[in-house]
Amino acid sequence: MSAATELPGLTATALQVVAVVAGAPFVVGGMRQVRARLEGRAGGGIGQPWRDLRKQLRKQQITPAGTTVVFGFAPAVVAGTTLLIAAILPLIALGSPLDSAADLFGVVGLLFLGTVALTLAGLDTGTAFGGMGSSREITIAALVEPTILLAVFALSVPGHSANLAAIVSATADHPGQLVSPGSLLAFVALAIVIIAETGRLPVDNPSTHLELTMIHEAMILEYAGPKLALVEWASGMRLTVLLGLVANLFLPWGVAGAHPSVLAVLIGLVAISAKVAVLAGVLATGEVFIAKLRYFRIPELLAGSFLLALLAVTASYFFATPT
Amino acid sequence: MTQATYNGVLNLAAGAFLLAAVLIVWRRELRSIVVLLAWQGLALAAIPVTEGIYHHDAALVIVGVVVLVLRAVILPLLLVRAVGTEPHERRESTPLVNTTTSLLITAALTVLAYAVTRPIIALDPSPATRAVPAAFAVILIAVFVMVSRRRALSQAVGFMMLDNGIAATAFLITAGVPLIVELGASLDVTFAVLVLGLLTGYMRATFGGTDLDQLRELRG
Repeated sequence: MSAATELPGLTATALQVVAVVAGAPFVVGGMRQVRARLEGRAGGGIGQPWRDLRKQLRKQQITPAGTTVVFGFAPAVVAGTTLLIAAILPLIALGSPLDSAADLFGVVGLLFLGTVALTLAGLDTGTAFGGMGSSREITIAALVEPTILLAVFALSVPGHSANLAAIVSATADHPGQLVSPGSLLAFVALAIVIIAETGRLPVDNPSTHLELTMIHEAMILEYAGPKLALVEWASGMRLTVLLGLVANLFLPWGVAGAHPSVLAVLIGLVAISAKVAVLAGVLATGEVFIAKLRYFRIPELLAGSFLLALLAVTASYFFATPT
Repeated sequence: MTQATYNGVLNLAAGAFLLAAVLIVWRRELRSIVVLLAWQGLALAAIPVTEGIYHHDAALVIVGVVVLVLRAVILPLLLVRAVGTEPHERRESTPLVNTTTSLLITAALTVLAYAVTRPIIALDPSPATRAVPAAFAVILIAVFVMVSRRRALSQAVGFMMLDNGIAATAFLITAGVPLIVELGASLDVTFAVLVLGLLTGYMRATFGGTDLDQLRELRG
């Protein structure tokens, strides 16, 4: 590899962030389109979320009377934490400059920070729906965060590190670890909590505005114009980033190394786009066949996924063959 | 069979064995509980068959096949016949402990199983003994299912799980019990299930349901 074709790690990371920012609305649009086609509708097309965002961004800025700075800053906090996560995760290449500063625990903390910001904003409006949505969201979040931690912790046992790049490269080196009971259980647990965290069916219906069922939509009911655009964009980016994380934890092929060439970065970009597109398609197809769970049954589902994650940790810790 | 394949298959079987027990705690539909029990029987049979092939022991493979036929096919079929066809009999009635708490208790029992079996593993660390905690956890979970469910059939399933767990522990620790002992134990379980099935039928005919909590008071 000659020096001319070698890119610094910063370029790949910047490309990663740009790809997440530009690609997230397409992921959301693609999922809506898959769902629409399977339900026999024409659908708005993959580019529809981008057109919605453009429309929202042109609108006038409105702040409800009586809201404080919490309400104003929440969209920026959600978007900012998500962008930071996009910069940390090994999506296209392994050598992110932030990689040594933030491990798995940092990523889960950042995710939770975004959730808490939106929750506080929902409370700040003082409306009944905002408070109800916040209370539900925080109930789910409190069950989701420990499960994400446990699941990725189970995956980190074989790699002997909680650093995400180390986990991804360890899995790429030993693909046989993927069929062990530990990582299979961790995959199921992680899939359930990511569905809960991003507010998809069967935990929350992203397209509903019915009072009794909405969770995420209830919190952001008072937002309008550019701020609503930012919140929608951020929730799309969260979905994209988490799908990318699952894709690279369990299918770590095509990820460029720490000092990649131009070609390797391009391959990494194509690989992660394809993986996220396939995962999003599978998720959208699955959603057509299921109904939303009753809210009081959700803790049951999440406790189940917590148990699976715990079993994953015990399995990968105790079944591990002595080295 | 190489060492790595042996390890992998044994771990996968032990993992599936434990997972089936957890899912039985999770589900409330009686029919799907019986289906999960059949899957657990399959995972249980995989343990002696794998060990038999790895250690070139034909008797162990035969025991495995007997276990497969009995616990993955015959016993679940007998239980499915006992489930009955009335709509109110298809589901477990409200359990004594709610599902969320049951799952958390299951998690605690699993950790407890890992804690108490550490001396056993320390005696002879091999891939088979390393999977003993999973079998032991199934025994504990089975006892929990037996005390926390109300329907006669789910208690029977708990009893079967208990027996599965004991059999799995025996296979993993001693690399198989003598054929005659295994046959005796299997015959015992078959008769127990037959009697339970008959009893469930009589209970339904006499009282109209198999909810054991309603049978505590004397009726004159």
